[in-house]
Amino acid sequence: MSKAQAPYTGVAVCAPITVPYQRFSAEPAHWWAGRALRHLRAMTGLGPSDIDGFCFASFSSGPDSAVGMIQHLGLSPRWLDHIPTGGASGVMALRRAARAVQCGDAELVVCLAADTNQIDSFRHSLAGFSRFSQDAVYPYGFGGPNATFALITDAYMREYGVTREEFGKLCLAQRANAGSNPMALQRKPLTLDAYMAARPIADPVHLFDCVMPCAGAEAFIVTTPERAEALGLKMAQVLATIERHNAFPQDPVQSRGGWAMDIDSFWETARITPADVDVLQVYDDYPVIVAMQIEDLGFCEKGQVVQFIRANDFTITGDLPLNTNGGQLSAGQAGAAGGFQNVTEGLRQILHMPLGDQVPDARIAAVSGFGLVNYDRGVCTGAALLEALP
Amino acid sequence: MTATREKRDPLARKRLRHVPMGLRSRAMHALSARAAQGRFVLQACTECGNVTYPPRDACPQCWGELSWQDQPDGGQVLCETTVRVSTDLYFRDHMPWRMGKVLLNAGPVALVHLHAALHPGDQTVVRMMIDRGGNAALFAIPAEGTDLMSDPQWREFVVPVEGRIALVSDARSAIGRAVVKELQARGAELVVAGLPGPSLAADANDAVFNLDRVQTIALDVTDATSVAEAASRIGGPLDIVVNTARHVRTGGVSANPGFVEQRRAFEVSAMGFSRLASTFAPILAGRPNGAFVDILSSSALCGEVHQAGFAAAEAARHSLLQSLRQEMRATGVRVMSVFTGPVEDADHQHVPPPKVAPSRIASSVVDALLNGREQTCVGDAAQDAMERWLTDPALFVREKNL
Repeated sequence: MSKAQAPYTGVAVCAPITVPYQRFSAEPAHWWAGRALRHLRAMTGLGPSDIDGFCFASFSSGPDSAVGMIQHLGLSPRWLDHIPTGGASGVMALRRAARAVQCGDAELVVCLAADTNQIDSFRHSLAGFSRFSQDAVYPYGFGGPNATFALITDAYMREYGVTREEFGKLCLAQRANAGSNPMALQRKPLTLDAYMAARPIADPVHLFDCVMPCAGAEAFIVTTPERAEALGLKMAQVLATIERHNAFPQDPVQSRGGWAMDIDSFWETARITPADVDVLQVYDDYPVIVAMQIEDLGFCEKGQVVQFIRANDFTITGDLPLNTNGGQLSAGQAGAAGGFQNVTEGLRQILHMPLGDQVPDARIAAVSGFGLVNYDRGVCTGAALLEALP
Repeated sequence: MTATREKRDPLARKRLRHVPMGLRSRAMHALSARAAQGRFVLQACTECGNVTYPPRDACPQCWGELSWQDQPDGGQVLCETTVRVSTDLYFRDHMPWRMGKVLLNAGPVALVHLHAALHPGDQTVVRMMIDRGGNAALFAIPAEGTDLMSDPQWREFVVPVEGRIALVSDARSAIGRAVVKELQARGAELVVAGLPGPSLAADANDAVFNLDRVQTIALDVTDATSVAEAASRIGGPLDIVVNTARHVRTGGVSANPGFVEQRRAFEVSAMGFSRLASTFAPILAGRPNGAFVDILSSSALCGEVHQAGFAAAEAARHSLLQSLRQEMRATGVRVMSVFTGPVEDADHQHVPPPKVAPSRIASSVVDALLNGREQTCVGDAAQDAMERWLTDPALFVREKNL
């Protein structure tokens, strides 16, 4: 039995920032990062010299890493991190920054993800994504992540009797949630008929199961409660976090993620249960991964997701509000920022500063990340429970 | 269903041929090098025995050293998809594309090209093919016999012969004559039989040259004008070139060099290869399944003391062949080597058996085309030479020239 995780004492998470997404942008990732900091300055009054910790995630900032970014943006932090885990990067940034602040390695950490989407940049970033992809995935039809998740979806549907209707209900709920979010790229209401009739992309994945790649940036601050209060910022505390990479490598097809390995300690540490969660922000590159997280995070038993989806309402006014900004499926996937929007949206809902409609009385958010298909499955997973501080 | 030959419309805009992305890791190239020999290999750990895929540089179970080992090629299909959207130019030309995941009997799971008849739960045989970009690719086919050529995806990895137009560079030799006969018998729409030198009265009465769908043409690979004229006389589309030209003579280096014969061997094997390739490669590149097959002696690998000039010319030809293969990667034209030892023909009257019958070489040529195999060794002598050369080239060169 490993040592129990120390609580996140003296840590405040605040200032969720979303730079409005654009389908395509000629501006590089650096521009989007700078835009996020300007939004942050407008919200908090902070300048470059106030930031002593910086955590960065991006797929399109090349050749610059976090190092190039701090000089570009005029920062002189005493704590620096660069997170290459895409969809898991928001949760990972949060838990790393939280420990840095808790231990005094930094007092105010800006966690930032920025990615651009130039015409044709999606094809280029796919082509150089990973060695296993280049050797053993792309040569097989070059379907990109659509094909990889089509295989995962195909196996999952066969194994657990899930039908497209269940995935459709999740996608419809997220689209309904996007309706009130002025920044979402896709807000037109989606009907089940339209979902079912959409053109196939890589069977059984159809058009509305896929995210729309876009440009955007997301950011939040991790600091001490004292500093947050001095800045006049609403804040949340971190109840628990987990992280796991390359879990269950012997599973021939991914039917569960790393959450399943650590989920018991997750809820025990937080001293709450899934029933206490007011808003659930899970990574949604494809609805199969949403369904997998609902199971693996403990909202229902493995194999019971069909009944669970049928029994619950995932809209903002429903019994389990899910991806309340519309998620990536409706708001758009801004590269690594897609792995941050779950954190910023969860934070906004429990701090009652929503982009669109507010989940009534939201106080506790569950946030979950999933990232990086290196070969045949997502490798990186993480989750966090956030509770608003009074 | 038969794979019909793509017709060419001379007025239409020329269709660009794309090939799959070629970027691969060094370990993947090592796999491709073995797949090109028709082997089904995967890495196994020399310490714990764990079999791994995709290719790695360390065992993921114990970090031990990995080595390439032949593996069982069976498996079971786990899941499937039909890719309908791609950003890749090659696959966009071939949509929809079926792929899936197979649990290999060797242990690991692998993404594969999936034959149209296969579905999750089915038993499969996985073939290690070479894709149009020249790299190894796994193709899952039904475990029980099936008509593979009816699957358009399979045809991307092989070279159909039926309904295609082929040129045999030297049809007067025993090998060339056998190749013409075989291509005709396997359904080629037209076999153009190249005849070097002055036309002979015997040619007009030759049973093979008088076969239906066979035409003779004057073609001397030692003469650039002759090669160019042959190309312009063929004029239309050409799918397959089989280079059967060779000049086999005995002779040494310091003793009995026979310079005239040596020069002739180089003119045929090396310069002839270049003349033929430079003239016909662009024509093949315009075809959907273009292939250049070269028949060469396994003495190209190591020299041959009693046939020094011939072996040296064949070695030069082998070298040119490697370069041509690399050049053709970008066009999707398959460049195939068929190695042979001594042949049962007039050139090898003095050589004791084992010798390979020309008809066997001919059927190996067609077999290489139909299976998309980059490298074939026909007969015991050629197989033995290749095996020994791959195992210990320095030792093989010594033994072979004792």
